[in-house]
Amino acid sequence: MNAAVLTAPTRREPYNEEIVRAFMIATMFWGVAAFAAGVYIALQLAFPQLNLGLEWTTFGRLRPLHTSAAIFAFGGNALLGTSFHVVQRTCRARLFGGDAAAWFVFWGYNFFIVMAALGYLLGITQSREYAEPEWYLDLWLTLVWVVYLVIFGGTLIKREEPHIYVANWFYLAFIVTIAMLHIVNNLAVPISPFSARSYSLFAGVQDALTQWWYGHNAVGFFLTAGFLGMMYYFVPKQADRPVYSYRLSIIHFWALIFLYIWAGPHHLHYTALPDWAQTLGMVFSVMLWMPSWGGMINGLMTLSGAWDKLRTDPALRFSITAVGFYGMSTFEGPLMSIKAVNGLSHYTDWTIGHVHSGALGWVAFVTFGAVYYLFPVLWKRERLYSVRLVGVHFWTATIGIVLYITSMWVAGIMQGLMWRAYDQLGFLQYSFVETVAAMYPFYLVRALGGLCFLAGALVMVWNLWKTARGELRDEPAIVPRVARLAAAVPQAAR
Amino acid sequence: MPTKVEKDAITGTMTTGHEWDGIKELDTPLPKWWLYVFYATIAFSALWVVLYPAVPFVNSHTTGILGQTNRDDLAKALATPDPRQAEYRARIETASLDEIRSDASLLAFAMAGGKAAFNENCVACHRAGGAGAKGYPNLADDDWLWGGSLETIHQTVQHGIRNPDPDSRQSEMPKFGEGMLTAAQIADVADYVLSLNGETPSAEAVMRGKAVFAENCVACHGENAEGNRELGAPKLKNHIFVYGGDRATLVQTITGGRGGSMPSWKDRLDPATIKMLAVYVHQLGGGE
Repeated sequence: MNAAVLTAPTRREPYNEEIVRAFMIATMFWGVAAFAAGVYIALQLAFPQLNLGLEWTTFGRLRPLHTSAAIFAFGGNALLGTSFHVVQRTCRARLFGGDAAAWFVFWGYNFFIVMAALGYLLGITQSREYAEPEWYLDLWLTLVWVVYLVIFGGTLIKREEPHIYVANWFYLAFIVTIAMLHIVNNLAVPISPFSARSYSLFAGVQDALTQWWYGHNAVGFFLTAGFLGMMYYFVPKQADRPVYSYRLSIIHFWALIFLYIWAGPHHLHYTALPDWAQTLGMVFSVMLWMPSWGGMINGLMTLSGAWDKLRTDPALRFSITAVGFYGMSTFEGPLMSIKAVNGLSHYTDWTIGHVHSGALGWVAFVTFGAVYYLFPVLWKRERLYSVRLVGVHFWTATIGIVLYITSMWVAGIMQGLMWRAYDQLGFLQYSFVETVAAMYPFYLVRALGGLCFLAGALVMVWNLWKTARGELRDEPAIVPRVARLAAAVPQAAR
Repeated sequence: MPTKVEKDAITGTMTTGHEWDGIKELDTPLPKWWLYVFYATIAFSALWVVLYPAVPFVNSHTTGILGQTNRDDLAKALATPDPRQAEYRARIETASLDEIRSDASLLAFAMAGGKAAFNENCVACHRAGGAGAKGYPNLADDDWLWGGSLETIHQTVQHGIRNPDPDSRQSEMPKFGEGMLTAAQIADVADYVLSLNGETPSAEAVMRGKAVFAENCVACHGENAEGNRELGAPKLKNHIFVYGGDRATLVQTITGGRGGSMPSWKDRLDPATIKMLAVYVHQLGGGE
């Protein structure tokens, strides 16, 4: 067993799978990095000494490092890799544009990530949430993204199948919309060609609205549409069942992409944003509830006739739990967009809890389900190194998520209520610093949840590394309890 | 073109006949409950668009049947006096500080209001309960830089210290390290101040320092280092130091001077709130 086994195919494969393998390895690497950074900054909130008194390691610089690593490095590599896998398989066509173009996207995208991360640590940021990289990196990413679009679109055009599979609609919506969002939100004038700094083209409330049009649709098209594409391929594959409803997939796809793009103003409730825009942001968010749940229904109901597989296939359990979390956070989102609710939830850690039920429960879990399916396929192995370790990962990560989101719910609602509490004479009951002090135990629980999630991911990396090397753990297969009992009864009767 | 429409054995539903990499699709109709809830959210949204400002035109927008806006709500809330507070606030505005202190119900109200205002505006520097921090005096003890009576506290809160408000308190601890004293002299003065606070540096240094002190420091800090409230010059013999009483900090203070500033609150807080703050701070522990 040597390193060459890990990447080089013995003969030319009909599809470009080498690129998918590279993206999967990058996904694993950035996943662990993102989770570790998250645990560290969670601990910084409980123990501020961990800022270390150095500008490079303060919470303010590490926080975008964590969010970008989770969304763009971990999530992005997962999306790019699986989209290349899915589009080839469902179009029966090798990637358009040749292997070199695909490798350009891989290295170009990961170069972007490394440069962005270095910039954050050095304090180079345009201070737009989830769009922190400065103008020179924005230009570079635009180039990489256009090549990605050409490869993906070209493959769709040269497909051998008569129809375009639903997963590809979602991936295409993700690629096209992210291009538009990225370009518009990053319109800026550099101070000089040799300066890393720039000024936004927009000012005041227009700037804020552009940013949250981008920010909310980064959630809608990066973290939702893209991962729904992933779900639409891997759930039917893992369950070995047809997709529940073709009609539902059409309706919820178009409803989702039409409605999402208008929902951004709900991030600016009770600000200088005009009232009419706030109303529209709220009602479009409320209308998003069912289109989002359409994806959940299609994912869950695809298991009709195969629910028993959840007992024996922990990887499928990841995908299905992900769909469950997706349903939960897409109910919570519209709820929080209602102005009266937002008045309580905004600026509190409830938002952080909401984001993580989506990011950990949906995005990460559906990715874990996909990579557990993909590794044996890509490395041509009979099965994973250990199916039981997938179960260990599942429970560790699930407990981590539950600790994380429940602590943030309680903390966030408590924080919101403390901010608005008056005493019997009509004076504010708590000072801000008292509300911060009250958060401490919840910060500890949150960090513990993050630690569980990280530990689970390390088990996964170990398992997948062994799988890629072609090792099989000597372990008994998972047999459902019912089957075990059924097998035991005749023996007892004999 | 559907190629092979077939019946799914488990659900009994027909497929669409398409297949991609082994994946087929069922032709299940939209779930009814899903569709109706979707319609309901659309109806709710339509209602909201009619009730509230929602549809933009080129230079205006619909105002909604309810005509509600965030700005109006805020203006209304600010203009409406809190029924729990209106009467007390009116009385506090006209009452003298001593009258507030001698009326039990006014005092209770002022303490509650002062605490809330203190927590909102003062704790960032003076810390919870007025415990103080380096550079920010403790307000809960009986050592006062500018005076601890109700009147002097009120004056300090109203106009602040060393800020552009013409009525703010002004004074300066000079930078003795800039051409006035040598490093050795400064070290001696520091030793002398330490000796006033229970430390025992070398007796010779203290003697030398005492001479330097008599020549340079007594004008503000007094013959016996008892301080001077007219100038905000601290007492130097009661173990209480705003910036720290260790030797290194004393040397730093004498060398580079100090000039901490406190904002003027008269334009940020209303007169009643400032009075309540004065009463609250006076009651923290060391009011005179």
